[in-house]
Amino acid sequence: MIARPGMSKYLHVFAIGIQNTLVYRVNFLFRAMFGLVPLMGTLYVWRTIYAGKAPGSLIGDYTLQGMISYYLLVTIVDALTAVAEDDWQIAADIKEGAISQFLLKPMDYLTYRLCLYFSGRTVYTAVAILPVALFTLYLRDSFVSPSSVGTAMLFTASVVQAALLQFFLAYTMALLAFWVLDVSTFIFIQFAFEYICSGHLFPLDILPPAVARALQLTPYPYLCYFPAAVYLGRIQGGELMLGFAIQSAWVVAGYGLARWVWARGIRRYSAAGG
Amino acid sequence: MTPLRRYLSLYGALCRISIIQEMMFKVNFLLWIVVEGLWFALQLAFMGVLYEHTDSIGGWTKWEVILLSGASQFLMQLVSITFMSNLTNLSEMIRTGKLDFFLLLPVNARFLISTRKFEVGNVVNALMGLMVMGYALHRLRIEPSLLQWVGFMILCGAGFVVHYSMMFLLASIAFWTVRAQGIVWSYYNLFNIARLPDAAFPRGAFRAVFTFVVPMLLVSNVPVKLLTDRLGSPREMILLASMALGCFLVSEWIWRRAIRQYTSASS
Repeated sequence: MIARPGMSKYLHVFAIGIQNTLVYRVNFLFRAMFGLVPLMGTLYVWRTIYAGKAPGSLIGDYTLQGMISYYLLVTIVDALTAVAEDDWQIAADIKEGAISQFLLKPMDYLTYRLCLYFSGRTVYTAVAILPVALFTLYLRDSFVSPSSVGTAMLFTASVVQAALLQFFLAYTMALLAFWVLDVSTFIFIQFAFEYICSGHLFPLDILPPAVARALQLTPYPYLCYFPAAVYLGRIQGGELMLGFAIQSAWVVAGYGLARWVWARGIRRYSAAGG
Repeated sequence: MTPLRRYLSLYGALCRISIIQEMMFKVNFLLWIVVEGLWFALQLAFMGVLYEHTDSIGGWTKWEVILLSGASQFLMQLVSITFMSNLTNLSEMIRTGKLDFFLLLPVNARFLISTRKFEVGNVVNALMGLMVMGYALHRLRIEPSLLQWVGFMILCGAGFVVHYSMMFLLASIAFWTVRAQGIVWSYYNLFNIARLPDAAFPRGAFRAVFTFVVPMLLVSNVPVKLLTDRLGSPREMILLASMALGCFLVSEWIWRRAIRQYTSASS
């Protein structure tokens, strides 16, 4: 097992990451609970909209039940993939010169951060599972199980790819700290686009078809809308294959971009704080 | 000097320092205005998408809901201008022990903690909220009377007190759990409820909680309903005013308890 020594140090990083993020568990619990509040608000608004229409009416091609299950899935995908503190920490590492040690150690910074991201997600999901489970129980009439084992596997694959894409995006944004003093504005601008274009606020296929199709060309739908749609079986056959192909392509592109920006940034890096 | 004059001149000095500090990073200053504007546009776009598929949400038309969005944006930005960043900082001040410094000054500590930084950039975003309101009123062909505008401003004042007190309460959690930076940010989620029409919520636990415990469904709904003649009786106005008073008293009570048990983090 030659690969072992190389891998085990990253397993240690993952374990340490879990210990460190456990400190934030109260924060996470608050975040998960408060995050459900606007979601419930949105669901009430949708209910009221459907109530004002003839019974059984569709919006896009969603029934009220379908709409609620979509939002439930968004909540689950979000808990599994959202970036919590990672981008701020990466930017701070660059600002404060903490990345210097990675230039000397046989440890790759991107892989290191990826391990920490996974440990953060593990802790977050463990904490969020209680409020999200209660919420799902409350909406159990709208909760649908995946139609087959195949769908469940495809959903898992799409979530893993979404998580990777999410991480590369956040990582690359945080690397802007090599060039600018305060990256938070850029992160928030990016996040605003992500929030609306990834399907967090509403399912993208209720948009006019031309807009929805244009969005499919950006990476955003593959962060959230795509996994949810795969789970709900809204994407089938050739479209499904194409979706996975585009999502994988974006993951590869995100990885390439992250590596490239790092390489450019490190040339400018002055190791402030030694 | 009377106490009021003294605090006003103190606030003037704090504002001046904040503006000078802001102007040191001009690009950043402008970018923050863009960020806030973008998030507001996003909320409006969401409403736009909803009204592509319906004509009314619980009897509220599109432009009435946009008016409501504008009003809650206005309120939220007023809070951002004055208190928001200060309250998010409280947990850090507790963690590092910097709070001691503020407790020792011969000024009301709660005043100083709440008002230290004045975010002048958010003034632009508050005006954006008002502009959207103006356009929505124009589309609704409503011209509120002067009296309605005065009432609107007074009710916004009550809503402002509610937001401030609730946020202060959340920030005070940091006295008991040290790592609490994220908690005040959670308040953004509550702002999101405030911009939805109350008629979308059926009578039940959710509506009761967000009316009588965390009065998010009152803060911007009541002022807007006054402008659009949707208030049948003064009942809701009285409710908002008394909730504002109640929230403030509770936050003051918690603050006093917190300060009494505060043991500094550093020497």
